[in-house]
Amino acid sequence: MIDLDDVDRAICRTLAADAGVSAGELGRRFGLSQPAAWRRVKRLEEAGVIAGRRVEVDRAALGFGVTVFLGVKLAARGRVSLEDFERAVVAIPEVQVVQHVLGLFDYRLRVVARDIVDFERVLRRRIMTLPGVGNVEANVLLTEERRPGPLG
Amino acid sequence: MLDETDRRILRHHLAEPGLARAELAARAGVTVATLWRRLERLGAAGVIRSERAVIDWRALGYGVEVSLRFTLDKTDPRAFDDFIAAAREVPEVLAIETFLGRVDVRLNVIARDMAHYQEVYRSRILTLPHIAELEALMLISTIKEQEALPL
Repeated sequence: MIDLDDVDRAICRTLAADAGVSAGELGRRFGLSQPAAWRRVKRLEEAGVIAGRRVEVDRAALGFGVTVFLGVKLAARGRVSLEDFERAVVAIPEVQVVQHVLGLFDYRLRVVARDIVDFERVLRRRIMTLPGVGNVEANVLLTEERRPGPLG
Repeated sequence: MLDETDRRILRHHLAEPGLARAELAARAGVTVATLWRRLERLGAAGVIRSERAVIDWRALGYGVEVSLRFTLDKTDPRAFDDFIAAAREVPEVLAIETFLGRVDVRLNVIARDMAHYQEVYRSRILTLPHIAELEALMLISTIKEQEALPL
């Protein structure tokens, strides 16, 4: 596991808020030369700490006004294949996130839809027809906020 | 407001957010100058909210991730505000989401291991205000995670 110093953590925090901050700007903020800042970012990427980028959009402005989190319990009866379920669920374009979890449900899904009517269509035609699907609980997302996490 | 070019750019941008601008322009079939102009406009219009680096917490030694689902005691009108303000003070909380449904609020919490999780859970989570009920889903694996929309 990689050891981070305070400057590394500050760089992670900065880029996690805005990935567009250049190495030159990072250097100015944290008292490094531009090449030194670049090398630090490179090292964080190579260690897998910075694992990629995420683009956040206003989904409602793009016509996707509804985001729903589904808790899915697979049916207890019969032999349920996790692989079959997973293969089918990841192929649904409206499903953005699939997580295998332990607890009240087996899977957590994030589903986007244009509106509630469209969501019902996705739920009935795509989710309820998945192989092995049992109980489904839906919660409509109202607000979401990402936090910087323990980088302080 | 959005035309076909905007949609094409967004489709490729959301599908592969790590692409360099030149490569993104090539895939979307526009010049780099057009791409910059369009991205700037989409940003100014608030359609693109942010581009963020994704931190892999496992690589930093946080091996445990738990989704905590709360039902709040809503007889207190300040329940949501108090709860969310207190949750923001917990460094191990990565996300705060509010819902319409059986669940009121969800927190995404990470910890280094189960012992650390238990410590965070007891000292920082169970002490949050206005909790009526909570249940935990422990993350085993993330099978799909994307921001792409069926545009």
